[in-house]
Amino acid sequence: MLNILGKKYLFLIASGILVLASVISVLIWGLKPGIDFTGGSLLEIEYKDARPDLQVVKKNIEPLDIGNVTVQFTGERGALLRFKHIDEAKHIEIIQVLGGSEKVAEKRFDTIGPTIGEELKRRSILAIVLAIIGIVLYITFVFRQVSRPVSSWKYGVVTIWALIHDVMIPIGIFSILGHFRNVEVDTLFITALLTILGFSVHDTIVVFDRIRENLRKLKVAETYETTVNRSINETLTRSINTSLTVLIILLAIFFFGGETTRYFALALIFGIIFGTYSSIFVASPLLVIWHNLTKKR
Amino acid sequence: MTPGDKKFLRPRNARILAAVFLLMGIILGIFDAPHYLNRILQEFRLGIQIPEKFFPFREGLDIQGGTHLVYQADLSNISASDYSSSMEAVRDVIERRINLFGVSEPVVQVEKSGSDWRLIVELAGIKDIKSAIKLIGETPFLDFREERPEADRNKILEAQKKGEMQFEDPYFMPTSLTGRYLKKARLDFDQTTFEPQISLELTDDGAKIFGDITKRNVEKRLAIYLDGAPISAPVVREEITGGKAQITGNFTSQSAKELVGRLNAGALPVPIKLIVQQSVEASLGKESLDRSFMAGIIGFVAVALFMVFWYRLPGILAVLALMLYVTIVLAIFKLIPVTLTVAGIAGFILSIGMAVDANILIFERMKEELRQGKVLEDAVREGFVRAWTSIRDSNVSSLITSAILYWLGTSVVKGFALTLGIGIIISMFSAISVTRTILFAVLGRRLKNLRIVFLSGLSR
Repeated sequence: MLNILGKKYLFLIASGILVLASVISVLIWGLKPGIDFTGGSLLEIEYKDARPDLQVVKKNIEPLDIGNVTVQFTGERGALLRFKHIDEAKHIEIIQVLGGSEKVAEKRFDTIGPTIGEELKRRSILAIVLAIIGIVLYITFVFRQVSRPVSSWKYGVVTIWALIHDVMIPIGIFSILGHFRNVEVDTLFITALLTILGFSVHDTIVVFDRIRENLRKLKVAETYETTVNRSINETLTRSINTSLTVLIILLAIFFFGGETTRYFALALIFGIIFGTYSSIFVASPLLVIWHNLTKKR
Repeated sequence: MTPGDKKFLRPRNARILAAVFLLMGIILGIFDAPHYLNRILQEFRLGIQIPEKFFPFREGLDIQGGTHLVYQADLSNISASDYSSSMEAVRDVIERRINLFGVSEPVVQVEKSGSDWRLIVELAGIKDIKSAIKLIGETPFLDFREERPEADRNKILEAQKKGEMQFEDPYFMPTSLTGRYLKKARLDFDQTTFEPQISLELTDDGAKIFGDITKRNVEKRLAIYLDGAPISAPVVREEITGGKAQITGNFTSQSAKELVGRLNAGALPVPIKLIVQQSVEASLGKESLDRSFMAGIIGFVAVALFMVFWYRLPGILAVLALMLYVTIVLAIFKLIPVTLTVAGIAGFILSIGMAVDANILIFERMKEELRQGKVLEDAVREGFVRAWTSIRDSNVSSLITSAILYWLGTSVVKGFALTLGIGIIISMFSAISVTRTILFAVLGRRLKNLRIVFLSGLSR
């Protein structure tokens, strides 16, 4: 049996450092919001024949007065253009300037007004907060019969930290990716965070469930810490295997799936890894520490 | 058959049930993807084909290609109590306008978000997005026009013969009476002939203007135009002062009803503004679908290999249950139908990885019980009973997040939340009931001593 709780402070410090680093990264660099949050346009085109030089494309667009335009070449003949929110008339003008429909095929065009973005931001934050509250209440409810030696609401509260840990680290990673690799955070990223919340709590519940069962069966007196440590060990293979199957799937989506879901899968990959870490090395150790503190008093 | 049930299946019954599941899987598989069977049938030249268009998958715009438009309505000139009905009217008008394009199953929805009223328009597989947007964006406009004096009419007709004044209407000229003054249009039936007719009710200002117009146009025609095209040109019989008028004509009750709808809509001064446009070209959508399909297959095979290598015999059974799971979920997608977007498919693929979670819980538990020295059959039973609470509790948390995603999300997120949610619910059935049944079906006497096929993986 692995003595996981013996090194509990080490694991918690590691988790704390990662969360702190993520918070700092977000404070310094922030996140790079996608157009669904800020409003703006994204135009993906493919040149039917030869693709002109980047400078030529930029120069052609300049007189259109659509603010800051970034042009990025993709694949052999593709190009990705980003600019502010425009109306349909301007859209037609842009296509004309780029060579008209004879020379370029329009693969994708998104333009989103700024008001929608504000609303989406509000909704996203609300969704995450609601999800955390919902899960915590649910855990408190499920473990309501477990009151000794640790009361049920403490299981819920400990889960909050684990959940914050699970979403904060992917946010931190995407803040770094945003700064160095221009990776944007969009609605799918928020979706990924919520999925992480639901999934990571799976593992935590399985460990808690085992603690509950072991407490009930307890014949010989043993400390709470021993029971918890035993419970973690008994569920360890399961926790890791479940996360592995989901990781396998996510890697398949990341490598073979479409462009749209690539970073979505990446966010989930980080979330699942740290979610598994938190349910083994964060949630239960916190429970034990809390118990030990109240016992001393 | 609750999973926590103490009574367990006898091998005989389990085998029958397992056969039922197998059959179900085959039938659902055919239902999900009839073209594969058709290809085989073609090989054998049997001349039988299964209709492929029977319950097709509903593809989202990002897969079949199309445009998603969101319009913001400016309701500042309308009293709050009429917002909802005004929006409905705008929706009807736009729906009709879109129908002119012959788009299959267009979606036109009114959405209220906070204090904003919006109209969501989804056009699938449309080529000429630009003119569609132009057509949709125009505010419905109703106006009344009176006959031109004969002299004017002849002048215009003459000019038109020479190719001039092409856009002038030689017969009617605009008046100041427009849809702005129309209070309400209603479908009526003539008291004596019982023919359908349309009653117009004008506002007070409108009634005055209407009085003047009718006074100077007795025995002449007064045309009603919608969006610049004449829809009716009744003859004025006398001056109308009360602000009420009837339009009679060769209406069927259906056409009269439609006209009433258009009149009421045309009378609404609700300008709309395009705030979101998302267009995906069909070829790009096809590429996304192919790649998602590829990712799904690779992911499934990888998970299946993992399960078989780690859990051996139960692993194989779990893979069978997983295959049944896939066929059930796909059938549900077809039946509801669930609109499959790229994100939605990702949610489904992800659920394949999560679906084996319950199996892993059960099998790990079995191994534990075996290690404690229980006989195989007891260990299997305990595995199912003991793992149930964990399975239930852990899946509910994912359902909570799926529900929140669904209620608060935009269409992209909704697709994902729905497929993931359906996946979680079905997986609880497939992983528990199906796996258990198959396991008991193969759990004959011969297997009882073969503990090795159960105790596997890295046994600690």
